[in-house]
Amino acid sequence: MKLIFERGNKNRGCDLVAECDVPLVSVPAAYERKKELNLPQVSETEISRHYTELAGQTFGVNNGFYPLGSCTMKYNPKINDELAKLSEFSDIHPLQGEDTVQGSLYIMRQAEKYLCEITGMDNMDFQPAAGAHGEFTGLKLICAYHQDRNDSKRDKIIVPDSAHGTNPASASMAGFSVINIPSTPDGLVDVEALRSVVGEDTAGFMLTNPNTVGLFEEDILEITSIVHQAGGLNYYDGANLNAIMGVARPGDMGFDVVHLNLHKTFSTPHGGGGPGSGPVGCKKILSRYLPSCKITEKEGILRFADKDEKSIGRVKAFYGNFLVVVRALSYMMSLGADGLKDASQNAVLNANYMMDKLKDVFEIPFGNGRCMHEFVISLDKIKKEKSVTALDFAKALLDYGMHPPTMYFPLIVSEALMVEPTETESKENLDEAIRIYREVYDNACKNPDGFHDYPLTTPIGRPDEVSAARNPILRYNFSD
Amino acid sequence: MSKEFFYAKTHEWVQFLDDTKARIGISDYAQSELGDLVFISLPEVDDEVNVGEEFADVESVKAVSNVYSPVTGTVTAVNEDLLDQPELVNSDPMEAWFIEVENISDKAELLSELEYKKLIAE
Repeated sequence: MKLIFERGNKNRGCDLVAECDVPLVSVPAAYERKKELNLPQVSETEISRHYTELAGQTFGVNNGFYPLGSCTMKYNPKINDELAKLSEFSDIHPLQGEDTVQGSLYIMRQAEKYLCEITGMDNMDFQPAAGAHGEFTGLKLICAYHQDRNDSKRDKIIVPDSAHGTNPASASMAGFSVINIPSTPDGLVDVEALRSVVGEDTAGFMLTNPNTVGLFEEDILEITSIVHQAGGLNYYDGANLNAIMGVARPGDMGFDVVHLNLHKTFSTPHGGGGPGSGPVGCKKILSRYLPSCKITEKEGILRFADKDEKSIGRVKAFYGNFLVVVRALSYMMSLGADGLKDASQNAVLNANYMMDKLKDVFEIPFGNGRCMHEFVISLDKIKKEKSVTALDFAKALLDYGMHPPTMYFPLIVSEALMVEPTETESKENLDEAIRIYREVYDNACKNPDGFHDYPLTTPIGRPDEVSAARNPILRYNFSD
Repeated sequence: MSKEFFYAKTHEWVQFLDDTKARIGISDYAQSELGDLVFISLPEVDDEVNVGEEFADVESVKAVSNVYSPVTGTVTAVNEDLLDQPELVNSDPMEAWFIEVENISDKAELLSELEYKKLIAE
């Protein structure tokens, strides 16, 4: 399709922008632009068509099945947006007096309370903008905790080899060095391997539970206690919280700090810029290090307390992505405690249903026929026998009008496809997806050669990712 | 210079230039499993590398992977061409060395070419 700069014509415009109603002043000559700005010159019709066409090229959960493992692409209820649109939330300024935004402070306090209840934490901070930002913030809390106790030699973070790639990356960003430990043949944390690497230099251990192959870590209490006994802290990556809401709590498993992804588990928009929200929750021992000022109540008025001298300081401007918190609270209050538990149980049921209906054809290396909210397929056999890779398989699914699963993750499974159907898909949708997965597999066995050209029906087929990564073009090249 | 290549189980190759000096790269199998490389990070001259510890990472459009050192020693040269042209590793992995290491004091259990071929055939 044409870019907006390639539409329209010189001196065309539209009256979407109101006429200036304040006196014009000129910029000092020294700062004046020598060349015209390259702004699109298009009519309102052209703008409208441009964005409609652009929207037609995207695919979201409103278009179809989107089982992107580890991303929890559940449906985002429209009532969340209706509430976030209220002018009392959307038309306020972060520097407005506390007296005038009592409702917004109440929203943050309620959301904190509910999320603490769900996770078993004592405090929750909404500043981090998304998951990895939450990880970084949580790790900074761990760092501050050890430094505060003059325990300065704790500079290592332990992560399992099945971890989300952001875990070691965040640890490294936060100034730690990373120790990788292998998984057991069953896909779980190797407890003995963990025991052998913890010590006086252990700052903490990062884990997502259920883990990235979709299994609940059965030895979780032993795992967290090994880390605690060595003097380290336990970090819970909340990416997979959708499997356990209302059933199990990271706080009860021995975790000291968590991040959540409101845009995954709590149904707020996700992908394409979100924006996300990655609140950090922690036990009391870490509360004083949190970035934000706490909300306190005095004589019925909510206020921000003074900045704690031990705080690690801001990680984002003001209160994080506040309107995302409004949406997440709307979701929690719409479902209620029982509804959230139902959501998790149905997420697990849907994943097990799909896996069970695929396991006679597809290799599912872990779990012995059971999983939590997601499962991992290995296409290693069909790659070896027919040269059809996980990438080819995923691309073929696009022609069926559905989003493929996550590919090539976790790294411990070769030719991995990671499927997370979520609780918001009906049985009919799952049955249709199962039928298509089986059909594509069958095609891959019979006509493997065609697979390197799929998809055939999407606006873009196979983008040249290698050239894009090696020689990126980062701006439009204007001809003049 | 010895033409012989030895391999670590983690898919790096070592070519000994003499008793205490070697070149290190990644195997043809490793580059084909990774796919087209788009970025490589390397250590600096005078850095220490240790057996089994990562000294570089390679990024393809699929994933980022660590490269582990098969020897303990001091880095005396890095192949800076790879920084601008990571594709050299894909086109000729046995020529596209990553680092040269001297003062080698320890090495991993290394496989011969034949043993390594058996390993990857499994």
